[in-house]
Amino acid sequence: MSQKQEEENPAEETGEEKQDTQEKEGILPERAEEAKLKAKYPSLGQKPGGSDFLMKRLQKGQKYFDSGDYNMAKAKMKNKQLPSAGPDKSLVTGDHIPTPQDLPQRKSSLVTSKLAG
Amino acid sequence: MAGAGGGGCPAGGNDFQWCFSQVKGAIDEDVAEADIISTVEFNYSGDLLATGDKGGRVVIFQREQENKSRPHSRGEYNVYSTFQSHEPEFDYLKSLEIEEKINKIRWLPQQNAAHFLLSTNDKTIKLWKISERDKRAEGYNLKDEDGRLRDPFRITALRVPILKPMDLMVEASPRRIFANAHTYHINSISVNSDHETYLSADDLRINLWHLEITDRSFNIVDIKPANMEELTEVITAAEFHPHQCNVFVYSSSKGTIRLCDMRSSALCDRHSKFFEEPEDPSSRSFFSEIISSISDVKFSHSGRYMMSRDYLSVKVWDLNMESRPLETHQVHEYLRSKLCSLYENDCIFDKFECCWNGSDSAIMTGSYNNFFRMFDRDTRRDVTLEASRESSKPRASLKPRKVCTGGKRKKDEISVDSLDFNKKILHTAWHPADSVIAVAATNNLYIFQGKIN
Repeated sequence: MSQKQEEENPAEETGEEKQDTQEKEGILPERAEEAKLKAKYPSLGQKPGGSDFLMKRLQKGQKYFDSGDYNMAKAKMKNKQLPSAGPDKSLVTGDHIPTPQDLPQRKSSLVTSKLAG
Repeated sequence: MAGAGGGGCPAGGNDFQWCFSQVKGAIDEDVAEADIISTVEFNYSGDLLATGDKGGRVVIFQREQENKSRPHSRGEYNVYSTFQSHEPEFDYLKSLEIEEKINKIRWLPQQNAAHFLLSTNDKTIKLWKISERDKRAEGYNLKDEDGRLRDPFRITALRVPILKPMDLMVEASPRRIFANAHTYHINSISVNSDHETYLSADDLRINLWHLEITDRSFNIVDIKPANMEELTEVITAAEFHPHQCNVFVYSSSKGTIRLCDMRSSALCDRHSKFFEEPEDPSSRSFFSEIISSISDVKFSHSGRYMMSRDYLSVKVWDLNMESRPLETHQVHEYLRSKLCSLYENDCIFDKFECCWNGSDSAIMTGSYNNFFRMFDRDTRRDVTLEASRESSKPRASLKPRKVCTGGKRKKDEISVDSLDFNKKILHTAWHPADSVIAVAATNNLYIFQGKIN
């Protein structure tokens, strides 16, 4: 029966068919999970595999720093402390101007791997 | 040898059991990011086992030869060499942080006494030579045994230095550095069967290199759209065919595999074969594309088949049939009803690898909770095993594990909600000939050996 429903009305959900859809959601746990996600994040786009998601993947490792902003901020706040990164040191975008203190140490592990111990 | 060609799994019907052999790495709960193992690979003979980690280090283990005086150490893997392969870098021009994490290690077939391997991080591939030195010269004329230079005017006689045996020293040296060829992050390297070339693949492009030439590479696949707004899929893995040096495959984030023939054109943007399982459009959900993304693709040793790993399953394909896979093996189907939380905690993007045994009769892949799965293709049986310190008594056989999906949880079963999603087994390797497997569980490397009871 559910097979027939899918053929007739793959995407639509009307009041009459709501019961069937609920049955379908029981049969298709993925759809139930999707409903849960949409309930939590209503603004979530329709196409998850679309370019936003992939662009985020391609931009891994990108750090943003504008030397102009940095120097302006330093000049404006001559006597005050520059705002530090706070607990989440990986976030150096937006209003926060990164300072040398914020950047994580870029030293390699000089320690031998524990697998070789 | 029974179970020859790599053995199957305990479900194979005979009294074949996987037993704990060794575990490497620290026991402490606090795992340093750098210690997380990111790749595991046996060499062609299986005598060497290499691991790479997030800290950019490579550790190579060597299998002990049979030794009558220490029978229990037969077949044990001990440290052979360790070195820092990659270091963290910063690309100032692009403001890009480059991780030192070793994404892949691939061995070259052995041609002389030395061993060679390729290791890569996101941007740079390096060819390493690992050689043994067991002799040193003594009796130099111009310097002391300590290396201090002697005053030439004090030398009254000449002598010929003699070679004396010394304790075995294993040296690793970088022989080639293949850099600046990838704008995006390298996910795969694969050595060609011609033993002269290899490919490297990033999210959007695949390059062909000659092992001797570092200042040039050929671009053979480019899927970057003219307008990045139109980007819909990325390359997730690539591999050369084990015997046909003109053939390679690459998989995508949309669940497709393309087979390309380098003889057809210089730029292989047009595939020769296109493998995709048709999807039932009515069962499509928000998660469909994400979970169909292929995280690994591996040719069988025979070259007749290939295997693809997506989030919930492993599929075996016949190279002669593009329309649908030959076999589909469910790895952890019970996660389908947990996709919402797996999306929220990013686990849905975990990239699991898969591997074949030597005879292509069995396949293995990892899961969560330090579980890994084995599928015997002949008997169609499968088993879930666990890499844990608890089942780490010497030569203790591993007990099959079971995840309870329904209501009533039987004794010894574990419920889906109790699974530890931080304990992921992403990397496993199978000895090319024997029943030996290596399983990376975060910062620990487990080695299991198969035995017939």
